[in-house]
Amino acid sequence: MSVLVDRETRVICQGFTGRQGTFHCEQAIQYGTCLVGGVTPGRGGTRHLDRPVFDTVRDAVAGTEAHASLIFVPATGAADAILEAADAGIRLIVCITEHIPVLDMMRVKTALRNRPETRLIGPNCPGIITPDGCKMGIMPGSIHRRGRIGIVSRSGTLTYVAVHQTTEAGLGQSTCIGIGGDPIHGIGFIDCLALFEADPETEGIVLVGEIGGNDEEKAAAYIRDHVTKPVVAYVAGVTAPPGKRMGHAGAIISGGAGTAAEKYRAFEEAFVTVVHSPADMGQAMSDRLKRH
Amino acid sequence: MNLHEYQAKEIFSRFGIPVPSGAVARTPSEASRVAKRLGGAAWVVKAQIHAGGRGKAGGVELCRSPDGVGEVAGRLIGHRLRTHQTGPDGLPVQAVWVEQASDIGRELYLSLVVDRARECLSFIASSEGGMEIETVASTHPERIVTVPLLPDPGVPAYVARVLGRGLRMEAPQATAFSSLLAALEQCMRATDASLIEINPLIVTRGGELLALDAKVNLDDNALARHADLAALDDASQRDPAENEAARAGLNYVALDGEIACMVNGAGLAMATMDLIQLKGGRPANFLDVGGDATAERVTEAFRIFRTNPRVRSVFVNIFGGIVRCDLIADGIIAAFKEVAPRVPVIVQLEGTRAEEGRRMFAESRLPIEAVSGLALAAERAVRAAGEAA
Repeated sequence: MSVLVDRETRVICQGFTGRQGTFHCEQAIQYGTCLVGGVTPGRGGTRHLDRPVFDTVRDAVAGTEAHASLIFVPATGAADAILEAADAGIRLIVCITEHIPVLDMMRVKTALRNRPETRLIGPNCPGIITPDGCKMGIMPGSIHRRGRIGIVSRSGTLTYVAVHQTTEAGLGQSTCIGIGGDPIHGIGFIDCLALFEADPETEGIVLVGEIGGNDEEKAAAYIRDHVTKPVVAYVAGVTAPPGKRMGHAGAIISGGAGTAAEKYRAFEEAFVTVVHSPADMGQAMSDRLKRH
Repeated sequence: MNLHEYQAKEIFSRFGIPVPSGAVARTPSEASRVAKRLGGAAWVVKAQIHAGGRGKAGGVELCRSPDGVGEVAGRLIGHRLRTHQTGPDGLPVQAVWVEQASDIGRELYLSLVVDRARECLSFIASSEGGMEIETVASTHPERIVTVPLLPDPGVPAYVARVLGRGLRMEAPQATAFSSLLAALEQCMRATDASLIEINPLIVTRGGELLALDAKVNLDDNALARHADLAALDDASQRDPAENEAARAGLNYVALDGEIACMVNGAGLAMATMDLIQLKGGRPANFLDVGGDATAERVTEAFRIFRTNPRVRSVFVNIFGGIVRCDLIADGIIAAFKEVAPRVPVIVQLEGTRAEEGRRMFAESRLPIEAVSGLALAAERAVRAAGEAA
């Protein structure tokens, strides 16, 4: 078992023939992902990476029975690409694109509210991977090992660090989800926690948060009330000065809200094992599982 | 992207949001000419910088004559103004905004924000104008009214009634207030702003509504479709190193510590700063070189570190993913040969082909110390900074 994606997930790529799309789809195919085709408007009927190219997502769904889409469309067209995927009945949309205007994402989220069967991951995220099953994203496949830990994170490279540490600790990962660094995004910590809690293969959860917003505080409350599996949390940005944008648009502390200190306090109150050093995530999970 | 008050007020006027009569001036004589042209008996001269707290810092002055306006402008223009929101060095004043003094009856607070929790636009209003909204939120949260907007454009009538009641608007202002809200909402959507704040919004003794101050933050991600707004950027209001970094495609924020950091990925870059602090040091900056950390960008980063006299050691923290550590090591070695930092350089490589990368540093015979392990490497960078001080 795993969450959201596995060997059977039939994936298409929007922005398939572009530079990013080509590179990462090649990697995904090598990894063993069931990538069945792609979409590039105007290129329908051709083939790319030995797979069919379609003009629209509807055509791709009709031609391949895909139910998941990986988006590499540039920022100006990315919101539209998400809406097109949802319209075509795609159940899992993973949008890697960064720099999508926030008002565009607001419109997307409004439209998705009428489609509860559609899940969006991202934008501005590394994607999702189930080791040895399905890689929908830009993460390096080689650092993952199939195993027992679910990882959910707002940041790309920090996810890889958590993956690396759980691999080194011999725990491995069930599924890893990068939910993205933008202020308005698809599925969040709570959705992922619920999925991991319900997944029999997942024995522990590593949550990597960062400053800005109050998603971590809400996640802490959810863990206290609904999660029985051990959770280890790390929050990046203790040293970030207020009001400055730290790379991710979502990582801005405004006023007193969104600080790392508040997030840590919320996790501690929910009996989550918190680590203050990003070097300690794997070890802390290992220790916690031994006691569990 | 931040705008100056004068730019925000010009945009306000275009959308029909009422502002006091005024104009921008870049020299003292221009400032007194503006005052004469505006007419009246009193004027307010306001320093234009990208920070709040100008009033308490002497950046906003009331003048009774056009000569007085020129005098104040002379004191401000060409100097740096330091407020509690700027760093210790303050920000350069290159222009002032001169406007007719207003006859203030009541001061209110009104803003329109991207509400990330509700995923919509929300109005925030408070009867406590002129104070920072964060202060009101902690001392008198009951005096703040928040109303989320619906997804479709436009401001429903009930929104104006709810906000108007919270601000104790009186009947004569009702129509003007609804128009003001509608104009704000149009302005927000048309400019792709992420924040529009009017603090204070005043009711004059004559019962008129006026935006006495104006703060607009634009969504950087949307500037590509607003060339006219992108042209309003004032680079002088940012740290020069941050501007240089931005030109090189680096994500850089200057801080005041002594350990320069270079990291791939924003989250890991923040985590690296935290780790340095945890080990007793202080980061000199936030710097995300991007996932692929090319030789050109590493070179530019080293160049920026050299311009910072406080830097005592450099900590390079790379997680090699699809772009392998040996390729990144190659880039770092090339950059080092181009602009060698004058302080110890500690490198931490992890991920794909990290072993090979570390060996390349050893074989390069350059003074680069490759340390294995995140925590150990951070400790080493902190200790090296202490020894160099």
